[in-house]
Amino acid sequence: MSGVAPVSGQAERIGGELLRVDNVSLSFGGVKALSEISFDIKKGEIRSIIGPNGAGKSSMLNVVNGFYQAQEGSIHYKGVTYAPMRPYIAASNGIARTFQNIALFRGMSTLDNIMTGRVLKMKASLLEQALYMFRGKSEELEHREHVEKVIDFLEIQAIRRTPVGRLPYGLQKRVELGRALAAEPDLLLLDEPMAGMNVEEKEDMSRFIIDVNEQFGTTIALIEHDMSVVMDLSDRVVVLDYGKKLADGTPDEVRGNQDVIDAYLGVTHD
Amino acid sequence: MFYREAGVFKTTYSDDMALLPIPLDKFFVLSVIAFMVLVVPFIASEYWLESILIPVLILSLAAIGLNILTGYAGQLSLGTGAFMAAGAYLGYKFVTAFPDINIVVGVLVGGLASAMIGAVFGAPSLRIKGFYLAVTTLAAQFFLIWLFTKQPWFVNYSISGVPTAPPREIFGFLVTGAESNETARYLFVLSFVIVFALIARNLTRGRIGRSWMAIRDMDIAAELIGIKPLQTKLSAFAISSFYCGMAGALWAFCYINIVEPSAFDINRSFQILFMIIIGGLGSILGSFLGAAFIFTLPIFLNNAATGLGLEVSTALIRHVEFMIFGAMIIFFLIVEPHGLARMWSIAKEKLRMWPFPY
Repeated sequence: MSGVAPVSGQAERIGGELLRVDNVSLSFGGVKALSEISFDIKKGEIRSIIGPNGAGKSSMLNVVNGFYQAQEGSIHYKGVTYAPMRPYIAASNGIARTFQNIALFRGMSTLDNIMTGRVLKMKASLLEQALYMFRGKSEELEHREHVEKVIDFLEIQAIRRTPVGRLPYGLQKRVELGRALAAEPDLLLLDEPMAGMNVEEKEDMSRFIIDVNEQFGTTIALIEHDMSVVMDLSDRVVVLDYGKKLADGTPDEVRGNQDVIDAYLGVTHD
Repeated sequence: MFYREAGVFKTTYSDDMALLPIPLDKFFVLSVIAFMVLVVPFIASEYWLESILIPVLILSLAAIGLNILTGYAGQLSLGTGAFMAAGAYLGYKFVTAFPDINIVVGVLVGGLASAMIGAVFGAPSLRIKGFYLAVTTLAAQFFLIWLFTKQPWFVNYSISGVPTAPPREIFGFLVTGAESNETARYLFVLSFVIVFALIARNLTRGRIGRSWMAIRDMDIAAELIGIKPLQTKLSAFAISSFYCGMAGALWAFCYINIVEPSAFDINRSFQILFMIIIGGLGSILGSFLGAAFIFTLPIFLNNAATGLGLEVSTALIRHVEFMIFGAMIIFFLIVEPHGLARMWSIAKEKLRMWPFPY
């Protein structure tokens, strides 16, 4: 497939560089989680990060949205250089994410959880909120309307009022995606969105990821262990192992890379 | 509640997001308020108004305050008594310094002063969580009570150290101090409670309330979404203390009629914490239920002994009362750890399906 020219729709979908990670190194005490990682993410593409357990994939996403601050290197996002990125800056510039271990607000309903995704877009003052008047009311209604669109998109209308703590795992993952989508992100970081799901749930989730990408033009950075999902969905794949970058390229290039095969299958070092 | 949610359909988000979306609910709540305002003053005896309704209402207000902080924002606090004291003492200072200004302003100023103090003592919450935070709020409890006791400035150099509440009028009716009529006082307290319970309800269902709950449930995720932990936690401390401060001012002006430190000691902090635990964390209704339960249960037990015609010494009654009280709290927490408010909502859910639950 590597020789075949990309489909014309594909070429239009993918634009210029949205994010570039430059020589990022991150260590916790003596443990080097990431060393000198560089890669870029283009506008509109689905970019996967794969690697064995402990390779530094989640750390990489955490550096991108500022939860971890890398000791070295920088993040270039939308033409601005951040060294390091901060969580609030990332969130207010359109980076949203989901978590490997679901990080929903368990005591709140599905609706409220997704509404929190829009918190940065709400500007009503304390007084307006206290009285539920003027912007306090109009904003709630306006954002509710948007949140309902997200709920329709993810087909979770029936669980709107259910506290998320009571939902099954697969639906919780979906609500978490909803919360990230509510922020109308430009870059969506998905940390193992399909971990622990059965085939049907994986298919649903894959469909949502493709739809988000195609309908809203959202750029997606995806961490996933299921290779068939990764190879089917991604435009380009970056492979990490022990905090180092092993390979970077289209799914087919990566699949054929000897280092990657060694990392996954194991190899005797002599 | 003998009504169903079935058949209530909303066509706009505005209707769906109304405070009480179910018509019968709305009717019920409005009639309770109407009853409290229009009927209770005429049928309740002086004892009921003075010794039960007024303190329960004031404590409900304080419980709403602590519930905002602990139930909604998830920050444990043992400084409630001190924040009430701040409201009482600084409200008293303001009212005596500007005797011509309306007493409503005096109570609000007490609340605002307490809010500022609360925000200061809330600062450690950025670094410290859970029980450790509760211990740091004890600093507020002991420091503030010490300050108000030892500094005569706060009581206008009164010789006894416990000045009486200044008498103030609204619409020509005396509402504070020992000489005031209990009905006027009751209505004054009630109007505060109704207005601020409504405000609390609006705050907790809006953006700021969702931010508080997000910080409570998963602070890391909340921060990554763009909720600022500093602002959110301090606003919870400030608004919570504002409510406690108003409650403290009302307690001093309208219930005990003196400004004294022992009304706001550590026992008060625990009492209000128990109220929200029993009533229901993260529920405005629970604040009322908890306050009513904790405050009236000892009175009820006390009267029950006399009512049964038991000839027992007052000391024994007192001890038995403590034992029953403790046992009931344990019982409630085992049966329903989420409090009376949750019991109420479960009952409603059950009734909705009744008599065909499947």
